Amino acid sequence: MIAEFANSWTAHDTWIITTGALAAVACSLLGCFLVLRKQSMMGDAISHAVLPGLAIAFIVTESRGSVVMFIGAAVVGVLTAVFTETVHRIGKVEQNASMGVVFTTLFALGLLLIENAAHHVDLDPGCVLYGALELVKLNSVSVLGMDIPQAALNCGAVTLLNALFVFVCFKELRIATFDPDLATTLGINAMALHYGLMTLVAVTVVACFEAVGSIMVIAMLVVPAATAQLWTKQLGTMLAVAVSLGCGCAVLGHLGAILLPRLVNQPATNTQGMMAVMSGVFLAVAVLLAPQQGIVSRIVRRITLSQRIAAEDILGMLYRLESPVTQGTIVTLPDMSSILRASGGVGSTGFRLALRKLTRDGKIVRAGAGCGLTDAGRAAAADIIRSHRLWEVYLSHHLGVPLHELHFAAEQLEHVTTPAMQQELANSATDSEARDPHGREIPKGR
Amino acid sequence: MWDFLSQILQSLQLHHYNTRVVVSGVTVFGATAGVIGAFMLLRKRSLTGDALSHATLPGVCLAFMLSVQLGGTGKSLPVLLSGAMISGLSGLGVMLFLRHWTRLREDSILGIVLSVFFGLGVVLQGMAVNMKQGQAAGLSSFIYGRTASMLAADAWLIVVGALVASLICALLFKELTLLCFDQDFAGAQGWPVLFLDSLLMFLVAVVTVIGLQAVGLVLVVAMLITPAAAARFWTDRLAWMVWGSALIGAASGLVGALASAMVPRLPAGAVIVLIASAMFAISLVFGAKRGLIVRLLQRRHLHTSTSSQHILRALFELREHGDEAVPLESLVQKRSWTPRAVRHALARAVRAGYVRQAGDLWCLTEAGGVQAHRVVRNHRLWEIYLVSHADVATSRVDREADRIEHVLGEVMVARLEKKLGNELDGQRMPPSPHVINGHHP
Repeated sequence: MIAEFANSWTAHDTWIITTGALAAVACSLLGCFLVLRKQSMMGDAISHAVLPGLAIAFIVTESRGSVVMFIGAAVVGVLTAVFTETVHRIGKVEQNASMGVVFTTLFALGLLLIENAAHHVDLDPGCVLYGALELVKLNSVSVLGMDIPQAALNCGAVTLLNALFVFVCFKELRIATFDPDLATTLGINAMALHYGLMTLVAVTVVACFEAVGSIMVIAMLVVPAATAQLWTKQLGTMLAVAVSLGCGCAVLGHLGAILLPRLVNQPATNTQGMMAVMSGVFLAVAVLLAPQQGIVSRIVRRITLSQRIAAEDILGMLYRLESPVTQGTIVTLPDMSSILRASGGVGSTGFRLALRKLTRDGKIVRAGAGCGLTDAGRAAAADIIRSHRLWEVYLSHHLGVPLHELHFAAEQLEHVTTPAMQQELANSATDSEARDPHGREIPKGR
Repeated sequence: MWDFLSQILQSLQLHHYNTRVVVSGVTVFGATAGVIGAFMLLRKRSLTGDALSHATLPGVCLAFMLSVQLGGTGKSLPVLLSGAMISGLSGLGVMLFLRHWTRLREDSILGIVLSVFFGLGVVLQGMAVNMKQGQAAGLSSFIYGRTASMLAADAWLIVVGALVASLICALLFKELTLLCFDQDFAGAQGWPVLFLDSLLMFLVAVVTVIGLQAVGLVLVVAMLITPAAAARFWTDRLAWMVWGSALIGAASGLVGALASAMVPRLPAGAVIVLIASAMFAISLVFGAKRGLIVRLLQRRHLHTSTSSQHILRALFELREHGDEAVPLESLVQKRSWTPRAVRHALARAVRAGYVRQAGDLWCLTEAGGVQAHRVVRNHRLWEIYLVSHADVATSRVDREADRIEHVLGEVMVARLEKKLGNELDGQRMPPSPHVINGHHP
């Protein structure tokens, strides 16, 4: 199957991926700023709203000359941003709602115009929405002796333009994005920057969607940037990640469009749709696996924490059992487990895991039905009990927490007490407080 | 010509069975979308409908393909709509999941759900077209609507969906109101906020699915936003806004469907949306509560009353220093205003009987004197309050007091007098705490 696939690969496929990747890079560069500025839906709005621009340009010139159509669409695209802002400002309509009103009105107007004036020509709204990436090679020009598709050239041009904009205005964009007030005080014209960005979005949307379809443009404006946002907190890194993801979507999208339908014995399907789907797959991976934000790493962190707390609770319990009063009492493991569970600790599985880890670390030894502390374990346990009882002293003396509530509060705090914090607590306690408010001895520090 | 008129008349009387079905279906849909949209607007979730409507496409395509595989034609509306419903709800699930589990913002989440689901839909559509029996024409009409081909069964589907949605809204009106205005309070009061929120979004999905047939996938979102946004200009009360929004939605549907039935080559979905947009534009300008004209008038009224108070105060202060009648120039010098503005304000004051003109000189009438006394007293009370209680420098206090004196009510003045009892020392008119035009107090 792979050999068959490799044989069927042509220069045409390479051009599809190249064009798609260029469009994806152009979009994801701007997308980072849209996502950070909470304007992710602008791409969607503009790509729908340009329809009347295309229609009017066509009606006026009576041709599908791409330059006029391009200008018409780009102008309407910028107008979408302007109208949205105007309705928002003068009508005091919420921003999202004003965007919704504006772009649907323009889209409806476009449908009407096409139906009435341009119905006899091939100006299919579907073509705008889906693009024709598969036909990319049909319209190519010769540059330096190479046959390069027009669409690839267009996408390459906007990619360059956007990269230049981001490179030149990086500092201003960053400040205006994260702290608009600071930007204004620094003399950066936030308004000009906003409309500059919107103009580029409009130009990018229009230039790309002829090649790759608006659905892929909308996806590339939002999804790679949002995915990158989950991986990093650095703007520079975010841009780099988003751009790489965009390229990844283009490659995997085309491969997926060819290969996946074969699984159900179907011919290749729509490439740009698959590119959007691939961006969703990347996002899903990031949601699960991102280092800080990912669900898996958050769950692992939570389990690790609860394991540590369980182990500390076991040590503390064993230490308390060694006190003169209870010495010699054997508490069986099931009893320990149920006591811990009753006090809001871990379940029986967590208990067993924590017990195994403590045994492996040489902190406890199993003895008959119960278990006992080793020397290392006793030292660790003393440290925890010291934190616990110092907290009780502190809470009782400085915050006036009543006696019967002390234990539960200290039980929480003992697990998050660093050595430095413990020292501070010890310093704040006077010599006469060598015992906790319940009268139990506070173990000496190491 | 006569033919045309009678044709219009026929349409208006709903003679054609088909027209009747389409018009009633679309009208009911418009009203329902208006109701749900009003809540979504106040929740600041207007664009959720946009994402959900796009998210229905993969379900429509899958339902089509499955039904073709099982030997059907793939064009049965209930099948397609169930598919739409299921995938719309999965889109909703993904939205809630991302909102809860990631730090992505609302707008990004909408963009993600919209584009990825629609992309999946496009992929599936590409495969559906390739199927043997794949006259997938029925599919693409879903995106743009095919109002004219609506059947009675479809209209009934809309009516049932609309009834369910409106009933839920009516029953939970109080809870939804609370959700819209103070979510945290609702949570603190023990209302299931997440459930209510999901329910509202579920209703959006219902409206979206029944609207696919009426106006098409892209324009459904317009009916969820525009009528509600238009109604917002007319009232500050939620109940009225919901009714208004329903009315505007229904009217757009009615007029749009009729127009499209009468005039050839007028796609119903587009016309309906454009009519809703026109109503939005009208409301934006003429709306009774937040319309442009009303707000301009309010601002103008404030401006007029402010400037007439200024002129009275200027005349009063000049009189305090012995100038009973003053020329225009000395009034102009009192504030940073143009001679033209002064002349306008003087003309208004003369009309109100507060000011008298004697040759080139102007002076207060008796009524004007009383009025000016009140104005100046308010101003000075506030100045003294600022100096003694708010530690504002005496050199700046004039300007600070200028901002607030025009909106001081009688109750406020009485409270000021009470509070400043000591400083006033029983005087009817306290002296100004600062220099007035070179005259020291």
